[in-house]
Amino acid sequence: MALRTPLYDAHLAAGARMVTFAGFEMPVQYKGVIEEHAAVRERAGIFDVSHMGEVTIEGARALEAAQHLITNDLSKCSDGQAQYSALCNERGGVIDDIIVYRYSPARLFICVNASGRAKDFEWMREHSLGATVEQHSDDWAQIAVQGPRAPQMVDELCSPRVIDLAYYHFREATVAGVPGCIVARTGYTGEDGFEVFVRPAGARKLWDAFLERGAVPCGLGARDSLRLEVAYRLYGNDMDEEHTPLEAGLGWIVKFDKPGGFIGSEALARQKQVGLKRRLAGFKLVGKGIARHGYPALSKGSRVGEVTSGTMSPVLKEPIGLAYLPSELSKIGSAFEVEIRGKPVAAQVVKTPFVEKQASK
Amino acid sequence: MAAYPDSLKYTKEHEWARVRGERATVGITAFAKDQLGDVVYLELPEVGAAVKKGQPFGVVESTKAVSELFAPVSGKVTKVNKELVDAPEGINDDPHERGWMIEIEMSSPAEASELLSATQYEELLASEH
Repeated sequence: MALRTPLYDAHLAAGARMVTFAGFEMPVQYKGVIEEHAAVRERAGIFDVSHMGEVTIEGARALEAAQHLITNDLSKCSDGQAQYSALCNERGGVIDDIIVYRYSPARLFICVNASGRAKDFEWMREHSLGATVEQHSDDWAQIAVQGPRAPQMVDELCSPRVIDLAYYHFREATVAGVPGCIVARTGYTGEDGFEVFVRPAGARKLWDAFLERGAVPCGLGARDSLRLEVAYRLYGNDMDEEHTPLEAGLGWIVKFDKPGGFIGSEALARQKQVGLKRRLAGFKLVGKGIARHGYPALSKGSRVGEVTSGTMSPVLKEPIGLAYLPSELSKIGSAFEVEIRGKPVAAQVVKTPFVEKQASK
Repeated sequence: MAAYPDSLKYTKEHEWARVRGERATVGITAFAKDQLGDVVYLELPEVGAAVKKGQPFGVVESTKAVSELFAPVSGKVTKVNKELVDAPEGINDDPHERGWMIEIEMSSPAEASELLSATQYEELLASEH
């Protein structure tokens, strides 16, 4: 029996096609992926991301515990700031990619992937250094409002206002009359916008308020094509416990100079010293077809890697993707092939993001 | 909703065939199109290729899914809708007309009589959903 978010009825009312994703019945599309994708790039779209989980770390040693658990450096973060990070195992494999919201050194709020709700919580609790780790995944719904018109749309509904929030900063606010929301200038589309955490009882009121202001409801299909155009990694596809953040191209969230290191830091330092054997690279197909997750990457007729994500870019109208390739083949301009239904199709490594990001400007 | 014209024959795999003499024009049904979502890629055989009833003759891909196309009848491909290959969104807009894919010269025209009528196809959809 799949779980439902507090917005399940809203999705059915909007004519969504539902699929099971990470144990939740989620909308994959309403009107159509391409239309929803365009709405976010050109105007504003809303996504139900209530399947994502929330965990808190609190207490005098909260910051210390988090620093031990995550690859990024939270001491570089001010209170009211959020930070993209990863949880790694001792081998340096990625347990999950997460966002940490720093209220204070003694109060951290962490957003995890739906697939990490139980796994991440258990891992954090086992390595808590005495800090209090709590599961809050069922206490929150989350709505992402993304697109060029999103910031103003959210701001007008917020008290206090939020338009002054810089990228990756957050604030508690009353939104559309719903108190106690957390409004963060973050997203997974490459567009400007906010992600709003709201208590389940208030989720529908918020959703409807955004709809009334003209936001287009968007499903997981558009969420995937939007994130891939800006080369945001998807946990479970582009990284997992068998791949390190360095291999996944997330070296920028791995801070070796952090005092005391972190779980996985030794393995990652070794890997960096020896040199990476494989890297996640962005590519376009030169030949015809669409590369999909799991398709083999070939060079000179042999299998050398694997496609982790692929789609037809709705903006570029070209087949794009991410693939693990041997380091020597991962440089921009390198040629390789993707095996599609038994036939090799020419591909070329290109610069990412495929589509320019608007978010952090 | 007269979504499924009586002038077409249908398969359980959601292809349609417009039979004229010994030739059949083939595409996918409105139902198949709705299930797939936005079609973004189409792969079809060359003119002259042999196709066999019930066997794959091409591939259609939406933003999310890959789906094989099954030949409703056996024979030789005599026409391919190249415009549709270049702009497969034609399937989204008009699956039963502009969305035609190939024309087959049937090797055993009797096969066409085994296909479903519009009424039978609509009954099939009703029973499945």
